[in-house]
Amino acid sequence: MTNEELKIKITELLPEATFDESGEWITVNMEPQSWLSFARQLRSDDTLFFDYLFCLTCIDWKTHLTMVYHLSSTRYRHNMVVKTKLDRNKPEIETVSHIWRTAEFHEREVYEMFGVNFLNHPDLRLLILPDGWEGKNPLRKDFEDPINMIRL
Amino acid sequence: MYEEVGTTTEGDLVINVGPQHPATHGVLHLVITLNGETIKKVEPHLGYIHRSIEKMCESLTYRQFIYVTSRMDYLSSHINNHACALCVEKGLQVEIPPRAQVIRILMDELTRIASHELWWGAMAMDLGAFTPFFHAFRERESINDIMEETCGARLTMNYMVPGGVMQDIHPNFQKRVKDFLVQYKKKIREYDELVTGNIIFQNRMKGIGYLSPEDAISYGCTGPTARGSGVSSDIRKIYPYEIYDKLEFDEVLETAGDSFARYMVRIREMQQSIRIIEQLIDNIPEGDFQAKTKAVLKLPKGEFYTRVETARGELGVYIVSEGGTTPYRIKFRSPGFSNLSVLDHIARGSKIGDLVAMMGTLDLVIPDIDR
Repeated sequence: MTNEELKIKITELLPEATFDESGEWITVNMEPQSWLSFARQLRSDDTLFFDYLFCLTCIDWKTHLTMVYHLSSTRYRHNMVVKTKLDRNKPEIETVSHIWRTAEFHEREVYEMFGVNFLNHPDLRLLILPDGWEGKNPLRKDFEDPINMIRL
Repeated sequence: MYEEVGTTTEGDLVINVGPQHPATHGVLHLVITLNGETIKKVEPHLGYIHRSIEKMCESLTYRQFIYVTSRMDYLSSHINNHACALCVEKGLQVEIPPRAQVIRILMDELTRIASHELWWGAMAMDLGAFTPFFHAFRERESINDIMEETCGARLTMNYMVPGGVMQDIHPNFQKRVKDFLVQYKKKIREYDELVTGNIIFQNRMKGIGYLSPEDAISYGCTGPTARGSGVSSDIRKIYPYEIYDKLEFDEVLETAGDSFARYMVRIREMQQSIRIIEQLIDNIPEGDFQAKTKAVLKLPKGEFYTRVETARGELGVYIVSEGGTTPYRIKFRSPGFSNLSVLDHIARGSKIGDLVAMMGTLDLVIPDIDR
């Protein structure tokens, strides 16, 4: 599908979604509440068939967090980006690890690095940070570590 | 700390493999729950070599941050640099001179051979054969010598920069690569005689660690791990970059999905890399090796994503720019991270002795996983 066709199809599935076409791939902005049902449709719909989640990450914009999901279809070879804003003080979103299994590890990474709470995640524990790590999330913009300096 | 292993019941044995263990090829810690000899669960614990490269890059300029990325997947350092350079060029919209494009691909493919060489030797050593390691390192050494002459480094190359490559190739480069290929083509047949056809080796690999195509996609597996299950995932073919679309080479696919299929993909991939190098080595165009770029690079506001094929799979570089001289956020989607996540899935139900064969064919490079 081309970006235009994707746009028409997504509007049918999720009328409140807004689009950003400045990048290489079409970007869908949406509310976190409808993410789980929308993700299921993206995966199961025969004309979309987004079966490959190739990147899952988060961006700290200081006022809010943005979850970014890069999706691809191995059958049709089209790509799409889904973005959703989260509250910085209480970031919560449904997990998609049962839809795309790769999300399990990627969500654990985002959980420890950004403090995003993935609801119904099967195993939400620290992955990279050492056991017993307490305090702030390293990839947030306000994180400073005076002992192990990461910034130059 | 073992209470957290959810499925542990009485009579189960929990053992730790690593963080310091020769078969993990780095500092990877696996907590394995066993029932007798059968694996019930494998839990990877990461982070022993986590350097927070993504955070570090946020305070480095677009010229500086490429040097850090050589330290991610140190066996594919050229290809890491390539991915970052491509991403910055995408933002700057610079045209790369043809000479630089060809040099880049030559370096990428030499790196791929060197990386697969090391994997081959190390994996055979994991399975108890010590000799292949020396054979593999002999060939890898020749590639490192060629690299050293042109790039000045043997492991962390830092040769590709935004706009092209750092300096022109050494005058000996073409001759030495051609000499290497003549030697190497003989040697690659030796590998098959030494290891591939060995019945003990085949018995330890065939039917071990089966991964179905659907699971391979769902777990985000890429590179030889996915192609061993018959999933077409070669970025060089699907989303060609540089001049890969003008070159003749095949995407290597095996359908068995077991460890032996993944092994065969890598062996056959080395032959494809030779094909690519042979097409290009006599046809390096004359001209500049670097496009003219400003001294201080500034990317326009926006987001840029590039995907390249490293020796381990798909590497994604995601740059979020606010218009300044440093990236606002950078994310490396490393192939090893996703490939590791499938280990628990394919290991469940097999014997502990087969775990090494599975880990070997996933080709894990720990700094690539931890970043």
